[in-house]
Amino acid sequence: MRYVKDVALVIRSKNAGPYELTFDLMFPDEESYDEVRQSITKAKIAQLYQIEESEVLSLVHFAPAHAIKITIVRPRASGDLGETDVYGAQQHAPLFDLTY
Amino acid sequence: MDELRILSPTAILGYGFPLASFQAGLERSPHVIAVDAGSTDPGPYYLGSGQSFTQRSAVKRDLRHLIEAALTRNIPLVIGSAGGSGAKPHVEWNLAIVEEVLAELGKTARLAVIYSDIDRQLVAEKLKKDQVQPLGPIAQLTEEEIFASTNLVAQMGLEPIMEALQEGAEIILAGRAYDPTAFAALPVLKGYDLALALHLGKILECAAIAANPGSGSDCLMGYLYKDSFVLEALNPQRECTRISIAAHTLYEKSNPYFLPGPGGRLDLTKTVFEQLPGGKVRVSGTTFTPTDGYFVKLEGARLIGYRTISIAGVRDPIMIGQIDEVIAGVKERVEDNFQELQDYQLHVHCYGKNGVMGALEPHPEPGHELGLVIEAVASTQEVADTICSFARSTLLHYGYPGRKSTAGNLAFPYSPSDVSAGAVYKFNVHHLMQIEDPKSLFPIKMGRSGL
Repeated sequence: MRYVKDVALVIRSKNAGPYELTFDLMFPDEESYDEVRQSITKAKIAQLYQIEESEVLSLVHFAPAHAIKITIVRPRASGDLGETDVYGAQQHAPLFDLTY
Repeated sequence: MDELRILSPTAILGYGFPLASFQAGLERSPHVIAVDAGSTDPGPYYLGSGQSFTQRSAVKRDLRHLIEAALTRNIPLVIGSAGGSGAKPHVEWNLAIVEEVLAELGKTARLAVIYSDIDRQLVAEKLKKDQVQPLGPIAQLTEEEIFASTNLVAQMGLEPIMEALQEGAEIILAGRAYDPTAFAALPVLKGYDLALALHLGKILECAAIAANPGSGSDCLMGYLYKDSFVLEALNPQRECTRISIAAHTLYEKSNPYFLPGPGGRLDLTKTVFEQLPGGKVRVSGTTFTPTDGYFVKLEGARLIGYRTISIAGVRDPIMIGQIDEVIAGVKERVEDNFQELQDYQLHVHCYGKNGVMGALEPHPEPGHELGLVIEAVASTQEVADTICSFARSTLLHYGYPGRKSTAGNLAFPYSPSDVSAGAVYKFNVHHLMQIEDPKSLFPIKMGRSGL
């Protein structure tokens, strides 16, 4: 078991519009991308963020950038009452705990 | 023409750019300078209130260089999503700056202003006709929400900007516009491939963010050909790499293969990214699939109240150990004390525990000190001030079990401790609407401006 953070080049989060939150995991080369992508599942992401699997809207492999993209339902629309991160730029930290 | 050159000076009008990069771009003889001014990222306040999220002096600084270069070289300048959110107050704000710059330069220009505000009655009728649908994981629109929005805009497609160019506009100030349109309108008008023009625009709208290292305040050059396009960073400290350009397609999108916009969607499943010498990247293979019917994205925001905040730190380990119970106890006291006031929300952000992620936080264990933001939102500023003030004083002297620090629970960095933060808005429209004519919703005002 290894940590994704030890091989990923980029681990980031951002709003994809006001109602969705999107995560990008990017890898330095095709080998590491291929190795990691098999073991990243919607269920793992749901567990990490303590949300329902149905709230993980998509998980896409994007080979041209050696990237895995995961999009979840935002806990609330950007800027709604109770907001903690208007841009959604600091919601990626749990991905540092991701293993493969 | 077999090469069309587009200069993108900066990611957002007002974010600035090094003059050396801009000069390098001008030396490549661009056919158009285009810039995107908009984003929903800064949240609902800006669309709702009609304010810009960029500062006037920074926008004026950028515009002075852009306008002077465009008029001197006799090439069009296209600005998309004026004022950040593109509603009428934003467009008028940006227009005043353009006119001021023209006057200071002693120049005149043929100016086109394109509005994107949408008649609420029309949206209500479209809703009844089942021609409005939610975009993303949200509820269907209601008539109440349509009329509650303080500003309601639609993202225009290429067509209104192409018409303004055809009419000979030298400066185009567009309201809310699909980001790539400011860049893609001229090439599509000249007969270049729609898919490639839009995909190029999609990358250029963020300027040097797509380069390596990325920057939101530096220029990027686009070269469009019959069957491909090429990107070049204009600052010798940056370069475009195959990965940086491909990766940019991921940015702020939910799916990098399909990028929807007015009238159809870009399809990147067959796109090829190719590294060229000199820090350039060639892109080809992108296609465009028209949708059955022409849809525009509606954006609206409504006022929900007024906010007051108070910032304080906590260092006492006994209090930190029971911070959730203490905050719950304070909320109860506030509720009990103001039973006649129903119309407020009290929230305490707890930095050092789960202030950044709230319920998504997997490790909500508090650190040795906490930063609290007490936040009250109410229907009037006075009620928000009252609730925040009462919550703050209650928390300051709250007696929790085992308390040894009986003089006060909070460390305030400021006097006064409370800040009235003003109006609060929320996004309340984020829907697709089917329209018949891509131009009729976006009226163009043409005129000679300056001097």
